[in-house]
Amino acid sequence: MLKEFFSSRKHVIFTGIFIGVSAAFLQKLGNPSNMGICVACMERDIAGALGLHRAEVVQYIRPEIIGFVLGSLIAALIFKEFKARSGSNPLIRFVLGFFAMIGALVFLGCPWRTLLRLAGGDGNALFGLAGLVVGIWIGIFFIKSGYNLGRNQRTNPIVGWVMPVVMVGLFLLLIFRPQLPSGAIFFSSKGPGAQHAPIFIALIIALAIGFFAQRTRFCTVAAVRDVILIKDTYLFTGVISLLLAAFVSNLILKQFHPGFQGQPIAHSYQLWNFGGMVLAGLAFTLAGGCPGRQLFLSGEGDADAAIFVLGMIAGAGFSHNFSTASSPQGPGLWGPASVIVGLIICLIIGFSMSDLRQKRKETE
Amino acid sequence: MEQRIDTRGLSCPLPVVAARKKLLGMKNGVLEVLVDTGTSKDNIVRMVTNMGWKIEVKEEGEEYLLTISK
Repeated sequence: MLKEFFSSRKHVIFTGIFIGVSAAFLQKLGNPSNMGICVACMERDIAGALGLHRAEVVQYIRPEIIGFVLGSLIAALIFKEFKARSGSNPLIRFVLGFFAMIGALVFLGCPWRTLLRLAGGDGNALFGLAGLVVGIWIGIFFIKSGYNLGRNQRTNPIVGWVMPVVMVGLFLLLIFRPQLPSGAIFFSSKGPGAQHAPIFIALIIALAIGFFAQRTRFCTVAAVRDVILIKDTYLFTGVISLLLAAFVSNLILKQFHPGFQGQPIAHSYQLWNFGGMVLAGLAFTLAGGCPGRQLFLSGEGDADAAIFVLGMIAGAGFSHNFSTASSPQGPGLWGPASVIVGLIICLIIGFSMSDLRQKRKETE
Repeated sequence: MEQRIDTRGLSCPLPVVAARKKLLGMKNGVLEVLVDTGTSKDNIVRMVTNMGWKIEVKEEGEEYLLTISK
């Protein structure tokens, strides 16, 4: 059956290997160290290119993000899974995306980069990974307690096309690089934002990843969540494949440098590596998936996932404008406070949207 | 006795969680689950197979009717 194409365990393992190898090669081809792919960092760079923040070293329109959405769109159209849908608490999803990004930028990476940092030898990522698992575990507690953002509804197909069209627009801005009186579009001349693989190679690899990930439902957060929640190891095997493939590729490409100090685009303040990813893990779990998965869903017409992505991009702008993002020197001035505020808000969302609130009312 | 749950419009992982919760409360019988995404359908098929139940998938337009039995 056509729709079953690429949905078996061997295919999710292939997808994980493809992503792991691709990330190592994208780094070799110019992307920043241990950042061959990082959904959060790459969305942050796009926010910078558009002038939503003015951190001069992280401004670039990353074709990988564009490719993820469009690759998923292509798969969804071919396999007749493109369905425009929206209306499942979009504002709450925006807030979750916002705080997911705040947390990820305190750690300096999304779940994908957590794995890639580990595969590159960055021991600090162990604390981020531990935080991610704890955040997911808290999210699972709410899901088991009846957490629900409500049903989405089928809507006009044009709604599902918004995100793909935005991505085409971003691609045109990347290619033609118009210079506006404000100085936008901004492209870093130094720092991580200035490091990138050739545009078309990055785009083609990302299109393939988007295609495969849409078919296999690849998700780094659901990988952990499903093992704990429903004893399903399908996605987990894909994520482990990603980690091992990136590790082996890094060894071959001489990109494996084990240690804690002096790791690229990373810091060693472990409490906040951990705390940032607790926040991110919780926000991703409450929203239903990792940042990559949200991009793939937005490519197949899920406007609620698109709102989450927009929340992440807004969060990236806020992170740098309000000094909550970390740097290799450590957390930003307001980084720790933003993590605490974000955790409180996400816990309130989890509590309010679950049966726990009802149970509390009944006991009063 | 046949039971039925409608998970249309619910985002992942709520459909599979709802189906699992129902199945854990049933020793045998038939459970029908209505889903509207391929992801939910795939997740439920895997979970049901792992739990040792049989599942039949019927595509109805853009939705799927999953009949789970033991």
